[in-house]
Amino acid sequence: MTPAPTDVPQRRGASHDEEQGQDRDAVISVRGLWKVFGPKADRVPKSSELCGLGRRELMERTGCTAAVRDVRFDVAPGEVFVVMGLSGSGKSTLVRCLTRLVEPTAGEVVLEGEDIRTADARRLRELRRNRFSMVFQHFGLLPHRRVVDNVAYGLEIRGMGRAERVKRALEVVELVGLAGYENSYPDQLSGGMQQRVGLARALAGDPGILFFDEPFSALDPLIRRDMQNEVIRLHREVGKTMVFITHDLSEALKLGDRILIMRDGRTVQCGTGDELVGAPADDYVREFVKDVPRADVLTLRWIMRDPRPDDALDGPELGPGVVVREATRAVLAAEKPVRVVEEGRLLGVVGDEEILAVVAGGEGGA
Amino acid sequence: MAVVASGTRERPAPLRLRRRAVVAGIVVLWLVLFALLRGRHTLALAAADLTSLHRWFNDVNDTIGADRNSNPLFLYFFNEIRLVIDTLVTFVQTLISQPPDGRPVPQIGWLGVVAIAGYVSWALGNWRVALLAVAGFTFFGLQGLWQESMDTLALTLSAVLVALLFGIPLGVWAGMSPRVNRVVTPVLDFMQTMPTFVYLAPLTLFFLIGPASATIATLVYAAPPAVRITAHAIRSVPATTVEAAESLGSTRAQTLTKVLLPMSRRTVVMGVNQTIMAALSMVTIAALIDAPGLGKTVVQALQSLDVGTAFNAGLAIVVMAIVLDRVTTAAAVRTERAQRPGGGPRRWRGPLLGAGAVAAAVAVWLSHTYVWAAEFPGEGGAGRSLASAADTVTAWAQDHLSGVTNGIRDVLTTTLLNPFQTLLTDSPWWLTGLVLVALGAVLGGVGAGATAAVCVGLLVGTGLWQDAMTTLASTVVATLLVMLLGVTVGVWMGRSALADRIVRPGLDAAQVMPPFVYLVPFLALFGASRFTAIVAAVVYAAPVTMKIVADGVRGVPATTVEAATAAGSGTWQLVTKVQLPMSRGALVLATNQGLIYVLSMVVVGGLVGAGALGYDVVAGFSQGELYGKGLAAGLAIVLLGVMFDRITQAAAGRTSRVPGGR
Repeated sequence: MTPAPTDVPQRRGASHDEEQGQDRDAVISVRGLWKVFGPKADRVPKSSELCGLGRRELMERTGCTAAVRDVRFDVAPGEVFVVMGLSGSGKSTLVRCLTRLVEPTAGEVVLEGEDIRTADARRLRELRRNRFSMVFQHFGLLPHRRVVDNVAYGLEIRGMGRAERVKRALEVVELVGLAGYENSYPDQLSGGMQQRVGLARALAGDPGILFFDEPFSALDPLIRRDMQNEVIRLHREVGKTMVFITHDLSEALKLGDRILIMRDGRTVQCGTGDELVGAPADDYVREFVKDVPRADVLTLRWIMRDPRPDDALDGPELGPGVVVREATRAVLAAEKPVRVVEEGRLLGVVGDEEILAVVAGGEGGA
Repeated sequence: MAVVASGTRERPAPLRLRRRAVVAGIVVLWLVLFALLRGRHTLALAAADLTSLHRWFNDVNDTIGADRNSNPLFLYFFNEIRLVIDTLVTFVQTLISQPPDGRPVPQIGWLGVVAIAGYVSWALGNWRVALLAVAGFTFFGLQGLWQESMDTLALTLSAVLVALLFGIPLGVWAGMSPRVNRVVTPVLDFMQTMPTFVYLAPLTLFFLIGPASATIATLVYAAPPAVRITAHAIRSVPATTVEAAESLGSTRAQTLTKVLLPMSRRTVVMGVNQTIMAALSMVTIAALIDAPGLGKTVVQALQSLDVGTAFNAGLAIVVMAIVLDRVTTAAAVRTERAQRPGGGPRRWRGPLLGAGAVAAAVAVWLSHTYVWAAEFPGEGGAGRSLASAADTVTAWAQDHLSGVTNGIRDVLTTTLLNPFQTLLTDSPWWLTGLVLVALGAVLGGVGAGATAAVCVGLLVGTGLWQDAMTTLASTVVATLLVMLLGVTVGVWMGRSALADRIVRPGLDAAQVMPPFVYLVPFLALFGASRFTAIVAAVVYAAPVTMKIVADGVRGVPATTVEAATAAGSGTWQLVTKVQLPMSRGALVLATNQGLIYVLSMVVVGGLVGAGALGYDVVAGFSQGELYGKGLAAGLAIVLLGVMFDRITQAAAGRTSRVPGGR
């Protein structure tokens, strides 16, 4: 158990270029994805009339439930992309569609340049064995196998020899901080340690992409924080692209480079944490982010104002991406307003009152 | 929404009251009409009389008998099956029970069999069950029942082998494919509601009487638990685990062999246990169609009312049941622990197992070669002493307890059984039929009423209406007693963990006994009569109802009980107002199971003078001209069983739909 000292929110990875050019180098590219459960499900995405119906009308008209509705997003290499929503919002179905554990009804899922919807069973297995893997909420470990054999399972079914796969599995067990437990059985481990096994199993095949389906929801809060830090540490060490499903906003903000909020199968908003807090797309998102400590999430970009004629423009300089909490001391200490500068260009200024409005507005201010 | 919700919330109570009133009304009307119409249209049929249906069954039987070696269906299908099974059974029998051609004794004598039994029990289970197995098998020899026991064992093992050969793959398939499961489940349900008896008659039609058809009947009866439990085991592997295996790129075969099968192994072994127990109980009953073994000894003794011999052989069946049950249960426990290597004594296990195998092999060789190790020494003196002791106890009981036992018997017979039976048998058939249909419809809904109507119609068609009504009367009376006993003990067990710990092992043990052996002690106490069969049925059916009621009472959420206690309920109020109403689903299920168990036992009671359908079936096996009637009686039992089952199932379904089980 070596929690990484990374409690401070930071923007990592490829968050600069999220606006432009995602399509070219995106690792995951999802377009018009639908998953409808029920009889003759595929007619729903095809008919623009049925598409427009709400959950209950659709059920009455067709007997179908649309769990994922016309979702699109891109994930850049090395990014941690979080899908967030309450239970029943379709987020777990969405992540299963990405790996075809649930067969999508319509749309396109391109992983590392290959549309996995066109893959046949054999190709799909190859992809699952080599390109991506998944961590599950309830771990899904094999109770009759020791930790090391659980971790080696994915390698075993690829046909890797015993000595080689045990060697690799021991490396990964070490990586997730379970050294010394490799010969234990899953039911001898705590929930958090079991999920480390799940994590190790997913990492063993060295996939490019990791999917997490609410991996820490079944754990108690302290263990959960440990595991979140563990994921941040692993992300820094192994640099995988990650898609992370959660219903916990603070987890989403802590881990995610970008966050997609789902409701009733639809995308409500997709953006960085400070975008969600600073510019909620609708009342639903606003309600969601209401209790977030804004000073920890918002950056200067969101609170700066245009310089007024009476402002002294020779105060200290800060970047627009600095989090408010970090900037507070500097701003309050300065005699003059702090200048927000990006690549030599003055974007705006931040004075005491702007900072105090956020910090003192505290937990709930709007 | 709100309107609908409040509507459903308020409706059940008045509806239930009304339902009670309707039931009472039906009963009153029945009594009035009975008084007016008594003795008319009763469809009575004397014991030796036949209807045209029975004669037609006889003709069919004769035709099939004549065509057996010319009809292609028989030539290439039934006869082939019989041949294969016969070869298997004969092979196992020559190994342990019957001398093959050119040898005076079987291939493996008693010493070899005891050694193998001990070794296998030790290897699969532990040394305690190995000791039990050795002691049990030696006991058979001491009882003078070595060969009979080995015949029973041979038939049981052959049937179990074939049942598992088909049952486990089918179960795996049903566990993996919901579609297969949907097809298989109703068939298994139907097979399990059948009293064991009724498999026998139709099978003799196709496979003749003898060991082969006994084995086929047994495997048909024993396969369903294997299928069901295997399917259940496969299905109860957590979905996440299967999903995780798939997400790592497992093929279907890899998921099966590396995830599903290892994770369901323990439960599958429990299924093997159930299969073996079912097979043993069926093999003993199959004595009626000339299966060799302990069952035959019991049947012959029962028919000549020789309690001592019946007790001796019955005891051997009990011992065999206990040995087989303990060994397979220990094996199930071991499969769970065997997945955990490590620990001290295991290091010696390999060499010890090897040494044990050598010792067993030596014993087998000795028993193959030398007569002293092949034929069990002694004359079975222990068996004779047991039999005479049992006779003495019986004589004593009949001399000294007959006042008490006859008193109980007479009181129950005259106050409960006789009036009820008269009501059922002496009412016009259409009146009783209408009452059954009406009760079915009121208690179980329209569907159950329709099923009851069809069953009543077919019952009339069998020509055995009055016999069926006599059996129905015994069954209902026995079920009432079972429920009385079951609810009392069940509530006690459900409320007290201590009571549960004390009583449950006894119930578990009682449930593994073949139904036959229950008859013996009650035959000693009550003599040959309807009542003996009823008491045996009550004792046979009580354990399962007690368990279901206890589980139902325990299933009432602790918070609800706590809340009721906090509100100041007394114990009686707690039981009657909270725990019993909330476990109503369990009560209905217990009634269902109680009825089915009682029905199958009341029929076995035909052997000890219970008369009616059970007697018809038994007589059908032994007398050629009554064959058709016996077959019709078997059919009538099935119809009664289906009717009970549908009505109680429908009632159970209805209860569970009402929120809170009210």
